[in-house]
Amino acid sequence: MNKVKCSAMKEGAAKAVFAFTALVSILVVALICVFLFAGGIPGMAKIGVWDFVSGEKWKPGQKLFGILPFILGSVYVTAGALITGVPAGLLTALFLSRFASKRVAGMLRPAVRLLAGIPSVVYGFFGLVVLVPAVREIFGGTGSSLLTASILLGMMILPTIITVAESALNAVPDNYYEGALALGATHERSVFHVVLPAAGSGVMAGIILGIGRAIGEATAVMMVAGNRVSMPKSLLKGVRTLTSNIVMEMGYAADIHREALIATAVVLFVFILLINGLTLILKRRKE
Amino acid sequence: MMARLQAKIYRAAVYAGMMFSVGVLVLIAGYILFKGMPHLTPELFAWEYNSNNVSMLPSIINTLLMTLLSMIVCVPLGIGAAIYLTEYAPRGSKLVKLIRMTAETLSGIPSIIYGLFGSMFFVVALKMKLSLLSGALTLSIMVLPTIMRTTEEALLAVPDSFREGSFGLGAGRLRTTFKVVLPSAVPGILSGVILSLGRIVGETAALIYTAGTVAKVPDSLFDSGRTLAVHMYAISTEGLHMDESYATAVVLLIMVFIINGMSQFIARRIGGNKA
Repeated sequence: MNKVKCSAMKEGAAKAVFAFTALVSILVVALICVFLFAGGIPGMAKIGVWDFVSGEKWKPGQKLFGILPFILGSVYVTAGALITGVPAGLLTALFLSRFASKRVAGMLRPAVRLLAGIPSVVYGFFGLVVLVPAVREIFGGTGSSLLTASILLGMMILPTIITVAESALNAVPDNYYEGALALGATHERSVFHVVLPAAGSGVMAGIILGIGRAIGEATAVMMVAGNRVSMPKSLLKGVRTLTSNIVMEMGYAADIHREALIATAVVLFVFILLINGLTLILKRRKE
Repeated sequence: MMARLQAKIYRAAVYAGMMFSVGVLVLIAGYILFKGMPHLTPELFAWEYNSNNVSMLPSIINTLLMTLLSMIVCVPLGIGAAIYLTEYAPRGSKLVKLIRMTAETLSGIPSIIYGLFGSMFFVVALKMKLSLLSGALTLSIMVLPTIMRTTEEALLAVPDSFREGSFGLGAGRLRTTFKVVLPSAVPGILSGVILSLGRIVGETAALIYTAGTVAKVPDSLFDSGRTLAVHMYAISTEGLHMDESYATAVVLLIMVFIINGMSQFIARRIGGNKA
């Protein structure tokens, strides 16, 4: 009798412990929201929300806090990353899924995973010593620019896009492809015109994940983007993104300046939540 | 004729895309290894860091400490959460959905936001200062969703017949979980844990304002210390020690490649068992 009671108690305790560990992630998300919003909203209110997000000048010394240049910087850099990364990533996924032999694909997949494992400082360093001088030689200017950051980020989101797009392509039922072949289409045409569209929503999910990664990247972008605070005007001029603005100035910022940086993170966070929401919608539609 | 040409163009595009991706890996890894290897000198591994030797040994030790500390926090939490989700919670309950959604949200948050949160919460609010502990706690939160997700997948892959057999023999849920379910899920869990090791080793943005950038091995958990990735960031952006930066990049890259290889080796073994 006693033994039964004891084991029931043990079971109950274990369940409570596991439930607690499961609640940690909810707690953490709540804490992040509370701290971010409590730290950022007052500053945003003092500056004026509209002045903050649409202001073109960021001069903490003169109490001017406009982050429009950084919002645009983040958007441009991300768009640039998509232009360089998506075609190559998608084509690589097509290769792995429908063109490569089993052996070749088996060799390439680990390579893609290695690419995903390279730390962002190493990407940034590579950008600093290879891409920056290359852009400077070919296009002139300092080399630390929107263009350089776009190319580097394009490389960084490759593995994300390849992995997600490949599994979406693999999930397309074989009879789609076979049906196209039976109608007389070549292998290539079947893959591009039937399999690829059928994998559309999965491929989109990969691209959105890539957008999330690009917009959130800080270290690597900061090392090659030049980080000028003015409005981005040309591909070859330096830009500063939301992320790099936080990293660059957090070390010495105080008072309203610090609040403005936390508010910058709030804006970034909202972007990320929007992207997450998009992924959720896509997933639901797939189901 | 047109169809043939189109097929050729498509095929060429696919091969070009593949070559580009492979080229990126070969270029990055090759360039850094080639330029960095010759600069791997014994002075770079001196016990104490100073601005002459730019030693990375203290940072390497910090990386190991940081990884160990983060794992102590996040592995039990992540595995516990996954156990709750798969073994205890009623399948499809609202709470489970909420937990999955928050975990997914966490995995999408950029590391700089973790860094900022860590510096507001652990460093300032909990008064842990810029320290190994603040950094490790921040990183634990960051990799928690990875460990949760991979563990959950591994647990779900354990056939229900295992559990039923154990229940049938009179074991309780707790015993079944620890003696039957977890042991058969170990490889899957391990590959997830190793995956997050890689993320911790390579992290910079979340650490600069939580663990700080002091280039020595801290005396206690409450002292600042920079990991190898942060060290690499610091010396390469100063621009004074390019040779040493290359060499540091080599060590960092090799560490990450080894971790990656281990994870893939284990993952492949699971695949092998299944087949």
